[in-house]
Amino acid sequence: MVQVLSDIDADLAGLSVSLRGVTKTFEGGISALGPLDLKVRKGEFLALVGPSGCGKSTALRLIAGLATPTTGTVQTSRHDRDARPGHAIGFVFQEPTLMPWTSVWENVRLPLRLARTPAAAADVRIREALERVGLAEFAQSYPRELSGGMKMRVSLARALVTDPDILLMDEPFAALDEITRFRLNNDLLALWRNLRKTVIFVTHSVFESVYLSQRVVVMTSRPGRIAAEIGIATVEPRGEEFRTSAAYADYCRKVSAALAPAYSGRSAL
Amino acid sequence: MSAQGKKQVADGGNALRLLRIVLPVLVLALGLIVWELVVRLNDIQPYVLPGPVLVFKTLISDWDVLWQSLLTTLLTTLEGFIAASVGGIGLALLFNQSKLLEYSLFPYAVILQVTPVIAIAPLLLIYLPQQTAVVVCAWIVGFFPVLSNTTLGLNSVDRNLAGLFQLYGASRLQALRLLKLPSALPYILGGLRIAGGLSLIGAVVAEIAAGTAGAGSGLAYRIAESGYRLNIPRMFAALLLLSLAGIVIYGLLALISHLALRRWHESALGKES
Repeated sequence: MVQVLSDIDADLAGLSVSLRGVTKTFEGGISALGPLDLKVRKGEFLALVGPSGCGKSTALRLIAGLATPTTGTVQTSRHDRDARPGHAIGFVFQEPTLMPWTSVWENVRLPLRLARTPAAAADVRIREALERVGLAEFAQSYPRELSGGMKMRVSLARALVTDPDILLMDEPFAALDEITRFRLNNDLLALWRNLRKTVIFVTHSVFESVYLSQRVVVMTSRPGRIAAEIGIATVEPRGEEFRTSAAYADYCRKVSAALAPAYSGRSAL
Repeated sequence: MSAQGKKQVADGGNALRLLRIVLPVLVLALGLIVWELVVRLNDIQPYVLPGPVLVFKTLISDWDVLWQSLLTTLLTTLEGFIAASVGGIGLALLFNQSKLLEYSLFPYAVILQVTPVIAIAPLLLIYLPQQTAVVVCAWIVGFFPVLSNTTLGLNSVDRNLAGLFQLYGASRLQALRLLKLPSALPYILGGLRIAGGLSLIGAVVAEIAAGTAGAGSGLAYRIAESGYRLNIPRMFAALLLLSLAGIVIYGLLALISHLALRRWHESALGKES
C-alpha cells in the first residue's frame, strides 16, 4: 500500500502525481468527480477501475492538464530539463488517435516536432520508440494499413518518444481482441520494467487491472470517488503463469467485490 | 471458394464496370441517332433545330471563334475559382481564429450566397469594369461552398487529437498547420470541387448579362449572340463546348482530390480494403 506522505511538494516526496481534494463539476452542474485524493509514487503502476461514467477518464484528463479541476489541486512532477509543461506526460487514448494523413514515423515524431526538437536528435528517439514497440519496419506505413493492435503500438510509441516520467493510459486496449490485448499487456509490462515510468492505467476490466498494476484503485460513479484500494503484491516479473495462478484469481475476486457496490442500483444493461 | 469461383466473381466485377461505361455511351449514341433522324425525316430547318451532324460540322468550321471564346470563358472561370478558393479558405481560417469576426461577417456571406447571381450581375456591370464584374460574379457563386466546407472541416478535428496537441503545448500556428488544415483537407477539396463547376456557372451568367449590355466575347456571349442571329447550330456547338469545359473542370478537381487523399481518406480508398 502507498505510504501517506506529508503535505510537501510532490516532487520532493518521491511522488509522481498528487491529487488533493479534487472535484470536477461540468457545465450544467453535473458533478463528475470527487472529492478525490490520490497519490501516485514515482515508478508505480496504478490501475483505476470503475464503471463507465465514474470519472476515471476525467481524472486522467485532469492529471494531464487537459482539463482544470473545479476545486482542489493537481500536482505532477516534471522533468527538470523540460521547461515546457506537459512534456513529462505521455497520454494514450482509448482510440489510437493517430493522424490518418501521415505515416507512422510522422505520427510518432509529432510530440518532438511540436517541441521543436532538432531533427537529428528526434530521428534517434523516434527510431528507438518504434523499436521498443516492435514497429521499426512499419515506419513508412500509413495508419489505415495497420491492424488495431499495431495502431495502438504506434500510439504507445508516440507517448514514449518524449521519454515522459508519467504515462497516462485511458482504456487503451479496450477495443482490441483478447489475444492482442494479452500480448500488449505483456509488452506494456516489459516496457514498464525497463523504463520504470509512472503509469496510470484506466480500465474497466478487473482482470487487466490486476494483471498489470501494483495497486488497483476502485472508483464509484456519480460523482467519482475512490471506493477501495487493493495492492497487488506478487513475484515480478509477471507473466502468463501469474494470469493462471490462484493468487491472481484471488485478487480479481477482491477487486470485483470492491467494484460490486459501484454497480448496485444500476439496471443490468 | 475455388479459384475458378473467384475468377468468376472478378469477371463479374469487370463486366459490371464495363457496363457502367458502355451503357451511357450507348444511350448517347442512340439519342444522337434519334435526334438526327427526327431532324432529317421531318425536314426540320437548321434555324429551328440543327441535327448533331450539323452541330459537329459547325463546331469544326467555327472552331477559331469558338476556341477564342472558350479560352476567354475558361480564364474568367479560373480567375473566379482562384478568388473563390483563396477567399473561401482564407475567410474560413479567419472565422476559425476569431468568433467575433465569424459572428460579424457570416450572415453576409449567406446573403451573398442566397441572392441569385443573375440578379446581381447587371448591378455589378454598372459599377465595375466588365471583365472585373464577370470575375466577381464567378467568385460570388464559387466562394460560399469553399467557405462553408472549410469551416465544417476545421470544426471536425478529432477531439482527442486536439487534446494531444494541447498536451504537447502546440502553438496556434502549429495546431493549424499540422492538425486543422490536414483534417479539413477532404472537406476543402469537396468544396473546391463544387466551386469549380459553380465558377463556370457564375462566369456564364455574368457573360450573358454583359452580352445583353452589348459587350464580351466569352462562350456564353457567343450563345446569346448566335441566338439573336438565329445561328442555332453555333448555339449548340458553344453549348457543347461549355458542357465539355464543365466536365473537364470537374474531372480535374476530382483527380486532384483523389491524388491528395488516396493514401489515407475513406473517400479515396478502394472498396475492397
